[in-house]
Amino acid sequence: MTRSDAQALIRSLRSAYAATPKNLKIIDLYLAFSVSSALIQVIYMAMVGSFPFNSFLSGVLSCVGTAVLAVCLRIQLNKENKEFKDLAPERAFADFVLCNLVLHLVIINFLG
Amino acid sequence: MADRRSMPVSLLAIIATLSIGNVVAASSVVHPVSDPHRSAAVELFTSAGRSLSLEETYEALRTFEVLGIGKAELRSDGCSSVLDVLKLASSSPKELYYALKVNQLSKCSSERAVFEVAASRLKAALSDVSSLLDYHYSVGGLVLIKDLSPDVDVALTDAKGTFQSIKALSQSDGRWRYGSNNPESSTYAAGVALDTLAGIVKLEDSEIGSSMISAVSNDIKKLFDSIEKYDDGTFYFDEKVVESLEYRGPLATSSVVVVGLSSFASATSEKIDIPGEVFSGLAKFFLAIGVPGDSKDLFYQINALACLEDNRVSIPLILSLPATVLSLSKKDQLKVRVTTVLGANSPPLKLKLRQALKSDSADISVIDSQELKHDSSGGFYYLDVLPDSIDVGKYKFVFQILLEDPEHKKSYATGGRIHVPIYVSGVVIVENAVISVLDSDLGTVDTQKKLDLDKQNDISLSANHLQKLRLSFQLSTPRGLAYTPHQAFLRLKHETKVEHIFVVGNSGKQFELVLDFLRLVEKFYYLSGKYELELAVGDSVMENSFLWPLGYIELDMPEAPEKAPRPPPVAADPHSRFEVKAEIQHIFRAPEKRPPEALSLAFLGLSFLPFIGFLGGLLRLGVNLKNFPSSPVPATFAFLFQVGIGAVLGLYMLFWLKLDLFTTLKVLGLLGTFLLLVGHRILSHLAATSAKMKSA
Repeated sequence: MTRSDAQALIRSLRSAYAATPKNLKIIDLYLAFSVSSALIQVIYMAMVGSFPFNSFLSGVLSCVGTAVLAVCLRIQLNKENKEFKDLAPERAFADFVLCNLVLHLVIINFLG
Repeated sequence: MADRRSMPVSLLAIIATLSIGNVVAASSVVHPVSDPHRSAAVELFTSAGRSLSLEETYEALRTFEVLGIGKAELRSDGCSSVLDVLKLASSSPKELYYALKVNQLSKCSSERAVFEVAASRLKAALSDVSSLLDYHYSVGGLVLIKDLSPDVDVALTDAKGTFQSIKALSQSDGRWRYGSNNPESSTYAAGVALDTLAGIVKLEDSEIGSSMISAVSNDIKKLFDSIEKYDDGTFYFDEKVVESLEYRGPLATSSVVVVGLSSFASATSEKIDIPGEVFSGLAKFFLAIGVPGDSKDLFYQINALACLEDNRVSIPLILSLPATVLSLSKKDQLKVRVTTVLGANSPPLKLKLRQALKSDSADISVIDSQELKHDSSGGFYYLDVLPDSIDVGKYKFVFQILLEDPEHKKSYATGGRIHVPIYVSGVVIVENAVISVLDSDLGTVDTQKKLDLDKQNDISLSANHLQKLRLSFQLSTPRGLAYTPHQAFLRLKHETKVEHIFVVGNSGKQFELVLDFLRLVEKFYYLSGKYELELAVGDSVMENSFLWPLGYIELDMPEAPEKAPRPPPVAADPHSRFEVKAEIQHIFRAPEKRPPEALSLAFLGLSFLPFIGFLGGLLRLGVNLKNFPSSPVPATFAFLFQVGIGAVLGLYMLFWLKLDLFTTLKVLGLLGTFLLLVGHRILSHLAATSAKMKSA
């Protein structure tokens, strides 16, 4: 694979991505935020050791959990997804909010 | 030097005291009241440091009277308080009783007027009485007044009725109750009741019929049936129920019963059918206490002994020995004293030594019955020479007192056959002591040395592990018989302080110990070298018990194999186990290493970076709030929805910072319901709006 092929690939991906609806792009951005948050915590733990372990887990799983929920929301909101054609986007969003709140209750409890 | 002798000697001492203690428990020797009692009385009754109450003054005066101590020893004779109480109209019967008792002993006052007031007070109290103790104080007080001032009228209004109401409190087992509404029966109360009934008889002899008196005699008999007994013939009284608040202990209970019995016996001429051995046993109980350490106990003891001394039923005679250890070498004489409990002379009697039972053959007497001679100047009985059959050892001598006058036989209690433990000590003869090293196979003697066991020896032997060590000697008593001492040990002590002890066995007179080193190699931990030899032979009746170092033996042991047991480590200083131990430093779990603060803060800042990136990205995407509802009602709901989410997140922050789960869940329940309602409204409104837009 030559360099120009890679560049062409990236260009086509970028243009295809530009076509996605805005709300999905917001969710993607949220995902990037959450994953990078998790990564920073893992790097920190790698540097200073895993004490206290419960706090580390809590932090990382908070990020990972919210990322997973965001992915679920994205799947439900994506119009091209035939499975969730009849689901109202507001309903999906309400689920997302509720699940996040429950997740964060548990996370805060485990944070210590 | 002290260390080497200390172990066997202390063992000897321990065994000796244990064996003496055992023997004494079986049949104790008591001593009559004597000077230690007198000095204790003076000390106990004058050391109170405060003024004594009337009851305590009476106890002190009575004890001093019995022991023959002058009243001057007591700082005050209580007369001022006596007169105060007698004159006061509101004195209780108890106070009057004790005041009159003190008066009787101190002779404070004999004014008729004072006694008349007291007598009328006591008689009035009798008509209003409810408990046994009130009867006791009133009747007792009236008896004292009658003795001190015979012309005062102390006649009881209803002597028979009073007698019967006291008798009604008696129980079927001879005990008494304290009052008609008190169900518990008590032996102490029985003694008090007997004293009170005797008092009534003294006041109104004619009114009390013989049937009533014999009924009380029956009660006395039943009471004495419940007397408690030790194996050595000591009798005493105690309560059946010891948990009651009134419990006073066996000394007080026995004392009060004896006092009650003797006053009843002296007041009536009724025959009291109690065997003499009971009186001897009671005397033994009171005397076996020795000198009590408490003034009240001393009073109980002395008062009871005084009543036993001159009671009408049976006066106990006490056999006491000034010395129970007789030395054959010093030609000690057996001396015995027979006195009354207070130490007064006994009536003329013969004292016979019936048997001398040796400790190991308790049935066979080694002597014939013989009579002890009487030394009237010293007041004791003695055997001038111990019979030849008495050898070194522990014996029980059995004595018997025989009264000469048949009249005395009725009024004195001799105690039957009296067993007294006697130690006969003497010098045990040690002879023919030889120590030798033998060759094991043939038994031939390699080296042989004679020992002189009257002193320390300093022989030196050498042996290897194939040889044997043989120690032999003969022990015989002064009378020439074989003797087995309590301890016969040979101790070998290595240079490294490891020691081994062997018992020297015997057959008859010959004591022999053979140490076969071939078999003992492992026991000696394969240690070669110089071993100190020490021989200990001893017994409590052996006057020449000894612990002699004998010398050294150089032992040549083979090399220790790999698996041989190591000798136990011996402390350099035998007292080191009592020294201060090293202080223990506590090692707590080391705290976890925490990262440097700067690094943590750096990462804190770094973790905000994604969020900033998210916001930046949102702006770049051109996020807007166009879909926010414009009309007021939905707008408020939308606003409230955001506020609700923010509140829940804020609650989570509070939860992390200080709340607990339960509070959080409670608040979360409320907030959640609110959020659900609001969210549902706004989201359904948005859904409706977008559906309208789609269809439109």
